[in-house]
Amino acid sequence: MKNMERDAKFRLDRFLLTNLVPLIFIGLSMVAIPISQFSGSYLVQEMLIRLARNAFLVLSLLIPIIAGMGLNFGMVLGAMAGQIGLILITDWKIIGLPGMVLAALIATPIAMALGWMCGVILNRAKGREMVTSYILGFFINGLYQLIVLYGFGKVIPIRSADLVLSRGFGVRNAINLLGIRNCLDNLIPVSLQGIRIPLGTFLVIGVFCLFIVWFRRTKLGQDMRAVGQDMDVARAAGIPVERTRVVSIVISTVLAAYGQIIFLQNIGTMNTYNSHEQAGMFAIAALLVGGASVARATLPNVFLGVILFHLMFVVSPMAGKYLIGEAQLGEYFRVFVSYGIIAVSLVLYEWRRARDRAYARRSLRGGEA
Amino acid sequence: MQKLRALIHHVGWPRVIIAVFLLCLFVAAPFVRVRLDASIGDTLVRFGMNGVLVLAMVPMVQSGCGLNFGLPLGIIAGLLGAVTSLELNLTGFAGFVAAIAIAVPFGLLFGWGYGRLLNKVKGGEMMIATYVGFSSVAFMCMMWLLLPYRNPTMVWGYAGKGLRTTISVQEYWGGVLSDFFGIRFSDFLSVPTGMLLFFGLMCLLVWAFFHTKTGTAMTAVGTNPDFARASGIDIDRMRTISVMMSTVLGAVGIIVYEQSFGFIQLYMGPFFMAFPSVAAILIGGASVHKATLTNVLIGTFLFQGILTMTPSVINSMLQTDMSEVIRIIVSNGMILYALTRVARVNSK
Repeated sequence: MKNMERDAKFRLDRFLLTNLVPLIFIGLSMVAIPISQFSGSYLVQEMLIRLARNAFLVLSLLIPIIAGMGLNFGMVLGAMAGQIGLILITDWKIIGLPGMVLAALIATPIAMALGWMCGVILNRAKGREMVTSYILGFFINGLYQLIVLYGFGKVIPIRSADLVLSRGFGVRNAINLLGIRNCLDNLIPVSLQGIRIPLGTFLVIGVFCLFIVWFRRTKLGQDMRAVGQDMDVARAAGIPVERTRVVSIVISTVLAAYGQIIFLQNIGTMNTYNSHEQAGMFAIAALLVGGASVARATLPNVFLGVILFHLMFVVSPMAGKYLIGEAQLGEYFRVFVSYGIIAVSLVLYEWRRARDRAYARRSLRGGEA
Repeated sequence: MQKLRALIHHVGWPRVIIAVFLLCLFVAAPFVRVRLDASIGDTLVRFGMNGVLVLAMVPMVQSGCGLNFGLPLGIIAGLLGAVTSLELNLTGFAGFVAAIAIAVPFGLLFGWGYGRLLNKVKGGEMMIATYVGFSSVAFMCMMWLLLPYRNPTMVWGYAGKGLRTTISVQEYWGGVLSDFFGIRFSDFLSVPTGMLLFFGLMCLLVWAFFHTKTGTAMTAVGTNPDFARASGIDIDRMRTISVMMSTVLGAVGIIVYEQSFGFIQLYMGPFFMAFPSVAAILIGGASVHKATLTNVLIGTFLFQGILTMTPSVINSMLQTDMSEVIRIIVSNGMILYALTRVARVNSK
């Protein structure tokens, strides 16, 4: 009886803790939306566009979480691979959907190689995967700059003059992706009461969601879950732990490459040296806002997260402007929220883990008595 | 040969490679018409500027809290001190001392909260520290706009409020430490004696602290928490003290940095400042679990030496500016190496 009581209380705590972040966000949005004076239809249109733009990138984070490797900050590796594909097809002037597919085909082997490397390195840093993948992102960013700034035009031929810096090699800072802009979004033109729906992109995202649902049920998906729960038990059960972990990162990296290509076809311009840096942070913040944790993330988390996070993104500068008379303040507020939300989620996760460990210790002691 | 191999193994390959690279840069410098004395002078200045910030890593590593990626929190305490000192219109040494005196209580306060937080998340400190640093910088971005500072040299001219992104301290206490007993050998080479002495003093204080009872207990907590608990040491308290020390050192470090640099950088300025310091101490041979003052001195010299030499020498050699890329690869590669190396030792 006493035991049950403690269990019930424990679960209520848990509910509040797991849903704390989305609840805070819903509260903030409810305050900020009226202040910002945006119309409902504008916000709906904006959210649809942003959902199409970002959902795929966020989805690419799911598989490493299943495998117990935490938030894959190394997804920026995939984003860089995707960008290399985009630079090349822009140079070759291949436009429309074939261009996008070709960019994805070029990005795939690069992303696989990078993902494999990332997986191997993370296997050497078990227990600190997140911070390691985070630093790895910076490190590969250095190599990416080396290749794009010095390699392109020298080692890798670039023909179009408008891509190359005036000194003769190195790619320009901003690339216009006019050739593939919105080609997937507008593939099937649908609009409802004046609101355009990027159905083509949503179809791709839908297919991908089905893939994840299916993947979880495969042998490999089950192996990953086992590895995520307990590496030693999984190893004892004959699952190749290291290999499974590497595979999960490779899949995530390749998907992040596709995600970045979809993201940039929606935006239409690419900042060669910055676009990828933000990709990881925003995707991770969005996922966490949706109520995911470092150890557990579901498809609803992804969509709820993208909507809530980007609602805040759109609304906060205007809210700041009307509330205090300074848009800059709202701008800083949203930067603060993006980082703060990751910090809070990480703290909650670690804190909960420490508490669970304490519970386990106490119950062990209780059993002995 | 055997001895050499043992030495390299002892020092560690990355450190050897970086030291040899730096040596090559110094040797190559005269051939590409880069003045050697100017290079040495610049290296010394940057060594003194960044030294205390790197020193701020030591207490937290020693108590087992990992690398202090949350350094921006300490930097913010320092910025508060610096800005307040300017608001009070204090100049010269008085201004510099006042900045530190105001920054230290802020550092203690922030460090206390930050330490309490890290005690709740043992095992995941580094990632959380990174994001605590980031979010506190973003939070302070809002505060710099809102805090009621009024000194006209610091606020935006047209609005009369809201601090500027960079504030010059030249009129107030710029260079007070660097020029203190400064020795000028030539137009290019001058030694910032005061700053180096101050860095030395800080090192001495930290060294002395780690030889007190509390300091020894702190090292014990970092080396073997179970053993420490068995000998009656309050682990959480030791960790909190170490975090407070790191934060205060970060605060002092940024003020030293500013008086030499001549500017206070607010807003996103402190955002990535933890990474060079982390990289520097790791290049000096520290690991995630152990850092000594020797690591600080060697690491700061090697890292800052490379940062000073690559732009000038490599640019003259290749006619392109690759220094930024090299900096990114070297510093992050070093952090990566340290993170993976520890895990390998653990799994044995």
